[in-house]
Amino acid sequence: MAGEPKVVKGPGNRGPRGPVKKIDNAKEVMLRLWKYVFIGYPVHLILVVLCIFASVLCNVQGTMFTKSLIDDYITPMLTSPQPDFSPLSQAIGRVAIFYLMGALCGYIYNRLMIYVSQGTLKKLRVELFDHMESLPIQYFDTHAHGDIMSIYTNDIDTLRQMISQSMPQLVNSAVTIVSVLVSMVILNIPLTILTLFMVFVMLKATGWAAGHSGKYFMKQQKAIGALNGYIEEMMEGQKVVKVFNHEDASMEQFLTLNEDLFDAAYNANQFTNILGPINAQLGNLSYVLCAMVGGILALGGVGGFTVGGLASFLTFNKSFNMPINQVSQQFNSIVMALAGADRVFRLLDEAPETDEGKVTLVNVKEEHGTLVETTEQTNLWAWKQPHGDGSEVTYTRLEGGVLFDDVDFGYTPEKMVLHHIEMYATPGQKIAFVGSTGAGKTTITNLINRFYDISDGKIRYDGINVNKIKKADLRRSLGIVLQDTHLFTMSVKDNIRYGRLDATDEEIVEAAKLANADSFIRKLPQGYDTILHNDGANLSQGQRQLLAIARAAVANPPALILDEATSSIDTRTEKIVQTGMDQLMKGRTTFVIAHRLSTVKNSDCIMVLENGSIIERGPHEELLAKKGRYYQLYTGNNIAG
Amino acid sequence: MLQVITQNLKEYKKDALITPIFMILEVIVDIVIPLMMASIVDHGVEDGNLTHIYVMGGCMIGTAILGLFFGMAGGHFAARGSAGLAKNIRARMYGNIQTFSFANIDKFSTAGLVTRLTTDITNIQNAFQMAIRMGFRAPFSMLFAMIMAFLINARLASIYLVAVAFLAGFIVLLMGSATKYFKATFEKYDELNSSVQENVSSIRVVKAFVREEYEKDKFHRAVSNLYQMFVGAEKKVVLAMPVMMTTVYACILMLSWLGAKMIVTSGQTELTTGQLMNLMTYCMNILMNLMMLSMMFVMLTMSSASLNRVKEVLEEKPDIVNPEDPVMDVKDGSIEFSHVNFSYQAGSEKNVLSDINFTIQPGETIGIMGGTGSSKTSLVNLISRLYDVTDGCVKVGGVDVRKYDLTVLRDEVSVVLQKNVLFSGTILDNLRWGNPDATEEECMRACQLACADEFIEKMPKKYETYIEQGGNNVSGGQKQRLCIARALLKQPKILILDDSTSAVDTATDQKIRKAFATEIPNTTKIIISQRISSLQDADRILVLDDGEVKGFDTHEHLLAGNDIYRDVYEAQTQGSGDFDEKGGEA
Repeated sequence: MAGEPKVVKGPGNRGPRGPVKKIDNAKEVMLRLWKYVFIGYPVHLILVVLCIFASVLCNVQGTMFTKSLIDDYITPMLTSPQPDFSPLSQAIGRVAIFYLMGALCGYIYNRLMIYVSQGTLKKLRVELFDHMESLPIQYFDTHAHGDIMSIYTNDIDTLRQMISQSMPQLVNSAVTIVSVLVSMVILNIPLTILTLFMVFVMLKATGWAAGHSGKYFMKQQKAIGALNGYIEEMMEGQKVVKVFNHEDASMEQFLTLNEDLFDAAYNANQFTNILGPINAQLGNLSYVLCAMVGGILALGGVGGFTVGGLASFLTFNKSFNMPINQVSQQFNSIVMALAGADRVFRLLDEAPETDEGKVTLVNVKEEHGTLVETTEQTNLWAWKQPHGDGSEVTYTRLEGGVLFDDVDFGYTPEKMVLHHIEMYATPGQKIAFVGSTGAGKTTITNLINRFYDISDGKIRYDGINVNKIKKADLRRSLGIVLQDTHLFTMSVKDNIRYGRLDATDEEIVEAAKLANADSFIRKLPQGYDTILHNDGANLSQGQRQLLAIARAAVANPPALILDEATSSIDTRTEKIVQTGMDQLMKGRTTFVIAHRLSTVKNSDCIMVLENGSIIERGPHEELLAKKGRYYQLYTGNNIAG
Repeated sequence: MLQVITQNLKEYKKDALITPIFMILEVIVDIVIPLMMASIVDHGVEDGNLTHIYVMGGCMIGTAILGLFFGMAGGHFAARGSAGLAKNIRARMYGNIQTFSFANIDKFSTAGLVTRLTTDITNIQNAFQMAIRMGFRAPFSMLFAMIMAFLINARLASIYLVAVAFLAGFIVLLMGSATKYFKATFEKYDELNSSVQENVSSIRVVKAFVREEYEKDKFHRAVSNLYQMFVGAEKKVVLAMPVMMTTVYACILMLSWLGAKMIVTSGQTELTTGQLMNLMTYCMNILMNLMMLSMMFVMLTMSSASLNRVKEVLEEKPDIVNPEDPVMDVKDGSIEFSHVNFSYQAGSEKNVLSDINFTIQPGETIGIMGGTGSSKTSLVNLISRLYDVTDGCVKVGGVDVRKYDLTVLRDEVSVVLQKNVLFSGTILDNLRWGNPDATEEECMRACQLACADEFIEKMPKKYETYIEQGGNNVSGGQKQRLCIARALLKQPKILILDDSTSAVDTATDQKIRKAFATEIPNTTKIIISQRISSLQDADRILVLDDGEVKGFDTHEHLLAGNDIYRDVYEAQTQGSGDFDEKGGEA
């Protein structure tokens, strides 16, 4: 394999890939996430925190009431001969107000959190997508598409849980813990220390169980990954499995992987499951210990500790353990969310495609032999080139001349894949590239439209260094039909219109006719309005290529790149397409990569590439006469190696 | 629908049955412990009775340890039962897929099958675990609390019945409409994600046409739409909490008022203060568990979609199965098509193949030519019974293919598929798909025949070279030659090459064909190709057009008498040749 980067495609939408790595910068990620959420919704969040405070306090009031109900109302009334219920009814009225306020505050903060969490997710999605669109092609060539997709699906989903549930829960728990802790310290310090000690034990136990479940969780992710990979490979090759009667062998290996996953899943879930009971029972133990020690203290009258005080303390002990238990239950999802956030932020931190180009493409009209910029649609284009301080502007007519001047290129600096490429295509010429896979044909075309930037040398477009041209304008002037046809989920019409958004319906039909796609489109259920799904899965490869050609035709660019554009069209159909293609290429500078001679033969110049260098060049007859590499390829009489 | 679960639990049935028992025991502990706590406070702390505290404390410690044991045991069995269920369903599903015919496989997309085998099954696993834990814990907890409350004081406890009825009704209404909302929302969400997917895989097109802004606009609109829907759905869900809290609080306040009255007027005979405290604890317990239960139902309904998708695959019946009393021997490599009609979907108006009739003798070399969509692949797929004919019959060795044992037939009719796949593993591993017992020498010989030896020998690890998933580390031409070698190892009576040398250069292609002619003369060879040069030395060439045979004769005769053939021939020879990949030797 030569140095072309391998594009790994995944169908996406699959479970989290690879093991969940423990992230080392958890604190930073957490901080950044809080900051990210806060900056988007400062007012909302302040209100949320206030509401949490209020609702916790209201609830504490409620808890206190149950205590005082007996001590302050029922007990005195029992002893009084003429029990008066009016103080009690007043108290209940007061508490009802507290309760209502608590419920209301709870509702308000939950409702506010919808906007915060969904809003933040919306912002994240938009930023992720916008940023992704700005990334260089290299990013997509070097990252598995399944991994990119899993950021949008899995990672965002874990974040949703984190923002809408874990975050308020953390705040809520923190408020509760602090307020209860303060009350406990006031009541009795030794018992507080005992409670804290038990909390410490609970945390240790949580750590132990979470550690185990985490370990198996990672194993589970790995096992899922392995099984996923295997299933994907086997399902992809299921027809081959059938043809070779390989069903049993395929099943056998599957069962081993399935057993591994079972083992990991079972253990991971087991440790997660027992976390709850452990903490609940440790909480009970803490209660009992406090009751015993507190009993001794109260009965001995140590430090003025009373029996009533102990009763209250025990209530607090219970309300102290609850939030700790809740937080520890969230532990796993917080860790996962942080790992997700880390991947999200990492994508956002990728450096976008740079563009220092100042030269733009503008519509012009010719007045007295000079080009004048205009806003009209003139079908006449020119490069607008600012000079020096920008006051002086020159216009160069867009013609499509391309010059390579001693170009070197490598996807990585260590390994050059193109060496000393020299080539000049005058406007309207057809240049063909032939050579074996990995010789660098596609790489050259990637350089013209600056999907990748050259390492050394110069590329000039209409005499202008392509580095000086704004990328968007450069690409707009180049039509491209790629080896892998990609279509979008929208109507056939809109797919063709993708080439030029303001194309009229007539122009679209015109382009489709040119590419010989019109007849099959009309046979589709809704003709031009038929919606394509799944990258045009309902069309044959050949039909998809015809659509891609029509798409390029409607763009009407001065220069064209055809990368194996007709590879999947059979010889007979190609003959029909060829007329369209010839018409499309007429008057345009065209770069053709093809392995069919019929496509290549009438080129103005054929470049034979090998190992990243042009080893032969010239028109067809001349190259044949040379009896070199081209001749070998052409006649098929080459000696391997 | 529950059948899927009951049928697949198998050896994990006892785990699934034991879990609820432990969950119920844990619930009992949960109910008993507050009683002990109350007793510690009432009789120990309040009365200053230290021994009572110790005794009760000791009991409570014992109960807590029991509870811990029950909880852990429940967690353990629940985890094993649900993971085991997932394992069994997965194995059943995978096993069923292995029996699928090509037609069955076409019905499900690869990605669809992968999701069903992984994500969907994981959903079922989680839902099942929740059902056997929470599904028992919550209602029993509720039930026990209710019983305790009624035991303490039936009149006051009836408040709970009203509250439960009210809340249950409210939750059902709320969740019902919220689930509908969420379903629609998640559909939109899937659409959004597939549009991201589309952008990732089509990024070159997006960038080449400078459509970044256009795509962003499209995406922003979809995201805003999704945001609205999510907010709408969640707004409903958050209503649940305040209504539920208000109900709990209302209950507590009513208890306080009525309880206080009852205590005071009866002088602690009908109700004691300690009992009142307990009633309040149960109130929280009952309503919380109700909430839990409703959440569980929402999750279960959500996972029912997964269960349905899994069921679809489990219940898919293979449409090609072994006949009873199959023929176990293929006599020779002769092939006969008589009045064969074929269409992929029964009842579709137009047949893919119509009225195909021809006979091929053992050992003949047959070329098949035709444009895209002329049904060349469909035709050869009928020979090894990858699909069944719609009408007529296909005979191999004089016997209808539907009478053969499938394994026997497919071992004797070796197809090199057009869309072919190598699997991760060494080259030898891959070759041995053809014959698991093949020696290294036999493998090497097959590679020589397929002209694969020349590049394998150049690889550093030769036949031990590791092929990556999908064969991504070998070129197209190399892959095709390995696939041919793999098919040769079967030593079949009939060898079918479906456009299998398209990426091999002309010279090598010729060499492979020559080797076939001299080395395996008795094998019937069928070669589909776009390239006339690959076909012209065949004994006879079948010209297909639009599902019909338009000619079946030698190269010379076809050139003289068949327009389609001549057209293609001329197109390819005048300025013909092919710059196909050089198979990577360069």
